[in-house]
Amino acid sequence: MKKTILTTTAMVAGLGMVAGAASAQEVRFMCYSDGNECEVYDDLANRFEADNPGVDVIVDVVPYQAILENLPVQLAAGTGPDLAKVTDLGGLNEYYLDLTPHVDADYWDSAFGETLNWYRVGDRQGIYGMHSQLTITGPFVNATLFEQAGVEMPGEGATWDDWATAASAVAAGTDADFPMAMDRSGHRVAGPAISYGAKYFTEDGVGSFEGFDAFAEAFVGWNEDGTMARDVWASQGGSTYADAAQEFINGEVVFYYSGSWQVGRMDEQVGDFFDWQVVGSPCGPAGPCSGMPGGAGIVGFEGTENPEAVAAFIDFLAQEDVYAEATARTRNLPAHLGVAAAGVEFQDVSAAAQGALNGFAGALPDVSPIAFAYQGYAGNRAMYGITVERVSQAIVGELSVSDAMDRAASDLEAAMAEAQ
Amino acid sequence: MLNIISAAMRVIEIPMLALQRRLGINRLAWAFLLPNLILFGLFAFLPVILNVFYAMTGGDNVLLADRPQVGARNFATLLDCQNYLDVNSCREDKFWRAVWNTIWFVILQVGFMVGFALLTAIVLNRDIRARGFFRSVFFFPVLLSPVVVALIWKWILQREGVLNAFLDWTGVGGINWLVDANWAFGWSVFISVWAHMGFYTLILLAGLQAIPRDVYEAAMMDRASAWRTFRRITMPLLAPTMLVVLILALIKGVQTFDEVYAFTGGGPGTATTFIIQYIYEEGFAGAPRLFGLAAAASLLVAGVLVVLTLIQLRLSRNNVDG
Repeated sequence: MKKTILTTTAMVAGLGMVAGAASAQEVRFMCYSDGNECEVYDDLANRFEADNPGVDVIVDVVPYQAILENLPVQLAAGTGPDLAKVTDLGGLNEYYLDLTPHVDADYWDSAFGETLNWYRVGDRQGIYGMHSQLTITGPFVNATLFEQAGVEMPGEGATWDDWATAASAVAAGTDADFPMAMDRSGHRVAGPAISYGAKYFTEDGVGSFEGFDAFAEAFVGWNEDGTMARDVWASQGGSTYADAAQEFINGEVVFYYSGSWQVGRMDEQVGDFFDWQVVGSPCGPAGPCSGMPGGAGIVGFEGTENPEAVAAFIDFLAQEDVYAEATARTRNLPAHLGVAAAGVEFQDVSAAAQGALNGFAGALPDVSPIAFAYQGYAGNRAMYGITVERVSQAIVGELSVSDAMDRAASDLEAAMAEAQ
Repeated sequence: MLNIISAAMRVIEIPMLALQRRLGINRLAWAFLLPNLILFGLFAFLPVILNVFYAMTGGDNVLLADRPQVGARNFATLLDCQNYLDVNSCREDKFWRAVWNTIWFVILQVGFMVGFALLTAIVLNRDIRARGFFRSVFFFPVLLSPVVVALIWKWILQREGVLNAFLDWTGVGGINWLVDANWAFGWSVFISVWAHMGFYTLILLAGLQAIPRDVYEAAMMDRASAWRTFRRITMPLLAPTMLVVLILALIKGVQTFDEVYAFTGGGPGTATTFIIQYIYEEGFAGAPRLFGLAAAASLLVAGVLVVLTLIQLRLSRNNVDG
């Protein structure tokens, strides 16, 4: 009897120790989804846990707004998660865990190349994030409306003006409410603005709105003359995000400038209502026919109590076979150069969606170096917000375009002074 | 039952008597106040003090210890204007746009709301049919969450909303209400009046019912007209309630945020951006997060609210004394 009690006590104590060890390796992953990403990562985490007994990865699914607004405050207060899926890539650099000591740096360099720089700021030049979801901005076009209107779709190398003229002709010849629409986002206008000559940086590499006014002038003009859906930019205040995806899905917009992350939604919701396709970003007077890269990445945080486990999990996700599977299942463009080179057979997508994703992937070589640099710039979120606020004011007539640009410049100066 | 209560009282009495012997009867009051003082200190007083400190700091760090002291710079930034009537001459033009929007909003919203609330209260104070039903109808919007109010009206007023569908059907043709600055502002005022009027109607109704009926009977015997009765009896006797309603509505008007933010997001442009939204966006929604500027702006708003509250207290006291 005594032996039984001792054995039981020892087993309970042993189980307690195991449980203690397990909880010591608990890793919390703050994740948001554009589609099914968190679901897929949760599944992959189960596989990782099976290979790494004692590590418990808990995927906390949160709204995107929580990543934007709550995560930075949590990190500053030291109460953040162990890892997260983020979009403010350089902006949160000060909190990132450097993965370099825990991973094969050569593999990461060859696999993720340029995107690693998006997570680096100043002296902190380590390996911080795995770019899980590469996106690129570009236009969706309602091909059925073009066909109905009998208007020929502008071809390769067409300019913004060509598309504006063609889309207006289509809208006039059909029941479409708006020839064009663009998401209310500073990120979305960046590609077109570069095509119109925006530099986004001074010669010293500091953020700037130099050269942005040409696009601002054109964009405000399109909103005034009805070429662009005024509702998207004018019916909101501040820097609030708004898109026109639903209007495009409803067949109300001929040409909708958004990005690759919308492909899944279009595929699911447009169905066979009309034919849609992705075309390359139009060119501008300054030359480039550039979209804007972007996306999200998975980063670990220095505040974690389990840096090895965090790094091991991110490294697991970064392995070519795992990354390829996640990309295929989440229907995102790969940032992993090996996976991109091998090509991705996206799961459960229609021919239109497969074509659209290939179309976006094909537009990547056209992305201007300025756009790549802007995406990795730590102050880009401030610049996105300022762009939206001031351009919106010009659209609704509160400020002239030149006053809006002057205000944008002084806002940026003030923001940079505070951020320093 | 009484036995149980008295037994419980005897149990409580033992430590209380010990405490009284130790502190003395005068200081015992502090012992009773202590729990409330701690809660008030932690959740009301401490945040105010922290806010003052934040207002004197710069940078975008959250922790106060990491923030550089900048003295009154944030206040200077907010108040730097060549002409306060021309927001474009102000360094922080967004702040002054929000200030002027708030002033106009408060004037219009409080004016219309108190006027309609008074009218409604007078009607509901009469012996009309289904009086209880109408009282509920007017009070019902007060029970709704501000976000629900905003979403209901957004569905009605958006480009393809209910109102435009009706206008299209009648042949008048729809209007893009939320894209036009004047319409968006006007609807914000209307929705706010609709949502809050019931509360003030109820207060005014209570005030009307407190007026003795014999005064009206005396006026009737003197053959006073309805207008004269209203002017000479109702209004003077309702004045104390009216003042409370006015000040409460003013304070609530200055604090307007959630409803309008969910309704228009502050747009088009900055047409419906009010001061609390400005503070929220500078401190929490924008990048970088300018906590110092937001804290300074919130202190300025707090100053205005303190003045309004003091006026209310003074007027209430005068009414009690008088």
